[in-house]
Amino acid sequence: MNAIRKPQVRGNRIKELLMKVIFLSAALFSTAAVLIICLFLFARGIPAINEIGWLNFLTGTRWKPSDVPPSFGILPMIVGSVYATGLAIAMGAPVGILAAIFISKFSPPKIRRFINAAVGLMAGIPSVVYGYFGMVVIVPAIGRTFRVSGASLLAAGIMLAIMILPTIIQLSVSAIDAVPATYYEGALAVGATHEQSVFRVVVPAARSGVLSAIILGVGRAIGETMAVTMVIGNQAVMPESLIRGARTMTTNIITEMGYAVDLHYDALIATGVVLFVFILIINFSFSIIKNRGIKYDGS
Amino acid sequence: MTNNEITMEEILGHDVARDLTDDAVLDIAAPLSDKIAFEIRDLDLFYGDFQALKNVNMDIRQNAITTFIGPSGCGKSTLLRCLNRMNDLIESCRIEGSISLYGENIGGNNIDVNMLRKRVGMVFQKPNPFPMSVYDNVAYGPRTHGIRSRAKLDDLVESVLREAVLWDEVKDSLRKSALALSGGQQQRLCIARALAVRPDVLLLDEPTSALDPISTSKIEDLVMRLKSTYTIVMVTHNMQQAVRISDETAFFLLGEVIEMTDTKSLFAMPADRRTEAYITGRFG
Amino acid sequence: MTVADHKSSRRELALRKRHEWRTLLKHPASLIMRLSAYFAAILTVGVLLYLLVHNIFRGIPHLNADLFAWKYTSDNLSLVPALINTLIMTAFALILAVPIGVGAAIYLVEYSQQTSKIIRVIRLTTETLAGIPSIVYGLFGSLFFVRFLGWGLSLLAGTCTMAIVILPLVIRSTEEALIAVPDAWREASYALGAGKLRTVFKVVLPAAIPGILAGIILATGRIVGESAAVMYTAGSVPEIPGGQNFLHDPVRTLAVHMYVLSSEGLHPGSAYATGLVLMVMVLILNTLSRYFAKRLRVKAGQKDANE
Repeated sequence: MNAIRKPQVRGNRIKELLMKVIFLSAALFSTAAVLIICLFLFARGIPAINEIGWLNFLTGTRWKPSDVPPSFGILPMIVGSVYATGLAIAMGAPVGILAAIFISKFSPPKIRRFINAAVGLMAGIPSVVYGYFGMVVIVPAIGRTFRVSGASLLAAGIMLAIMILPTIIQLSVSAIDAVPATYYEGALAVGATHEQSVFRVVVPAARSGVLSAIILGVGRAIGETMAVTMVIGNQAVMPESLIRGARTMTTNIITEMGYAVDLHYDALIATGVVLFVFILIINFSFSIIKNRGIKYDGS
Repeated sequence: MTNNEITMEEILGHDVARDLTDDAVLDIAAPLSDKIAFEIRDLDLFYGDFQALKNVNMDIRQNAITTFIGPSGCGKSTLLRCLNRMNDLIESCRIEGSISLYGENIGGNNIDVNMLRKRVGMVFQKPNPFPMSVYDNVAYGPRTHGIRSRAKLDDLVESVLREAVLWDEVKDSLRKSALALSGGQQQRLCIARALAVRPDVLLLDEPTSALDPISTSKIEDLVMRLKSTYTIVMVTHNMQQAVRISDETAFFLLGEVIEMTDTKSLFAMPADRRTEAYITGRFG
Repeated sequence: MTVADHKSSRRELALRKRHEWRTLLKHPASLIMRLSAYFAAILTVGVLLYLLVHNIFRGIPHLNADLFAWKYTSDNLSLVPALINTLIMTAFALILAVPIGVGAAIYLVEYSQQTSKIIRVIRLTTETLAGIPSIVYGLFGSLFFVRFLGWGLSLLAGTCTMAIVILPLVIRSTEEALIAVPDAWREASYALGAGKLRTVFKVVLPAAIPGILAGIILATGRIVGESAAVMYTAGSVPEIPGGQNFLHDPVRTLAVHMYVLSSEGLHPGSAYATGLVLMVMVLILNTLSRYFAKRLRVKAGQKDANE
């Protein structure tokens, strides 16, 4: 009969402990990465904003890095980002949510599989491919319609609406799927049609999930760079009209990154910091809303 | 439709008849060993604030079949999982009191839990073969404990599959996935897998509750055969099963052991009113 | 089911459908709801199909031998160096990120007490990492790898940046794959006296492999398609790096190549063709990933939900 007292095999215990430490360090890697990213961005960006002046930087409407003296006001870009994102949500969210409702409640399994595959593919198509599509299809179309150059906020909005569709659809589908069948059956039982049950009972019950899908869509839209830079025109001016060119925070960085030096380079990093803060706020509200999600147990 | 009914009757008839087979009677009549495998003393177990076991005292005999019965949530599976310290895997679980196996306290910090589990094997409610071949399933335990020799493993696999009365059914498909076996075969494979590390004790947690009547009776036969070599502790929700195969039975209610004695007496003349109420089907 | 059964059930279905539509006509609000859902779905798929078809028709005529010449010149605009750079970067980034990501997921799923503070912090930061836009990664890579560590615009800087970009993706998909492995298998392994390591490496990981692969393939797609994060970390030199110091050579990946071609505006045909190659790669990766995700569900004994 074997004794059960330890330690029989000392090496085993050491190996177990060692591997645990290794796994833990791997897990801490992403935490370290976030910290280092914050550290490097803020350490370079904040002094730059201090030098430019917080008010000048955040509310200045002139971005003229090559003037003497240069001005670094990023308000036009903040407004540009907000407009482009707003347009994208205004167009993308309704379509995405309705499409999610279709996938979850109106589609036979075969079609559901097909659309799911299509949406997955949409999520995987690279930004540059979208951007090029926007550049050769959307921009000229807007140009012809309104007799302008075409590269505009509107083009960026349409571009982003298409690009955030997969995010909104995928998350909304899982939110709608998660609503218990009893909600739906309850509505049918009081005489509602299939559609009424879905739209008036099931979807409202899934609202926190759908809302978090939209918020994630906002995050995607505000952070998108390449596709936007190819269709928005990139004029660093306050947006005057939807069919005129504008510039977002992301495109401000990508257009000038290649040649910026000194304070100009730091001002781009600072633009990144502002963008990063936007993203952190969006992520934070996303996780709050996701975690606050309705628990379907009647409480 | 009529066909089905007849089959069900046959099965039921067979089931009932099994209580009276000579074999079973003989097995139960065989003299019980005096040796005690597990001694459980003043055992309390808590999940967080909830007390799942209250002041359990129990001796489990060597080479006997001991069954735990009682309504669901009464703590019978919880106690079973104390015997190989599977409760260690549950964060909120706290244990007071002592359990010893052949005089050695298994609860202490100086115990190698893996060695304990090698000596106290376990079979679960739902058959849970690994997604590997039949052979690799059986060889998993021995390999875990350092047996690498091909020949030794081959011998071991064959002998435990024979012990589990599965050899003839799987000898040509040892390399095939264990998940392709039927539910009953899977459960016998799980028993073989547990036997392959050569334990002293075999814990069975409602091993037949997910199986059909025919597979159930095969497992019951197997368990009775195994008791000459192993000490067996089994949780069951099926009182008939306890009557059919066990030597001793403990009745659990709300975390307490109401009574424990030899199976025949417990079912023939329960000492406690609650036991009587349960075995006559008034609750549970 | 017999053929006749099948036919009659089909007829029944058709009848029920007709009945359904008649009901809808009586409830105009319901009709609008349904039509709007149909419209949204058709619009979504329509946009994708238009994009695909447009790209295929414009791209195919320009898929010529020049495009696949071994060396890039301003005449042939060959995408081969960029393609090979992309593959090299993908391989290296995966080599960096997969062990870390899988290890992290193992810790999160198998080791941690789910309520502990450190787990909450790790989860929060992993989620944060997943939400950071490419351009911010690009800025960070430019600040940290290119300047602070002095690697310059290089394959190495681009690779390390991309490794961080895909890390949350690898962690999350591995986590999901590990969670899909039934606890019954873990219990069975522990009950045989196996320790945690053996249980994880011999039982849990093998069962989770298809799911982990699905995640790795998605991560590959992300690297292939990424441009904002690599342009100012890896650079834009359309040559295959060589020699001892090849890790420090600046390189151009395929997505960046396409951006350069399209922003120059001089070579629309080549841009289309490059885009087509990119899309075919993404399509293949997507299909593979879905296949492995399905394998995981089958392997973990779950019924094949309709995704």
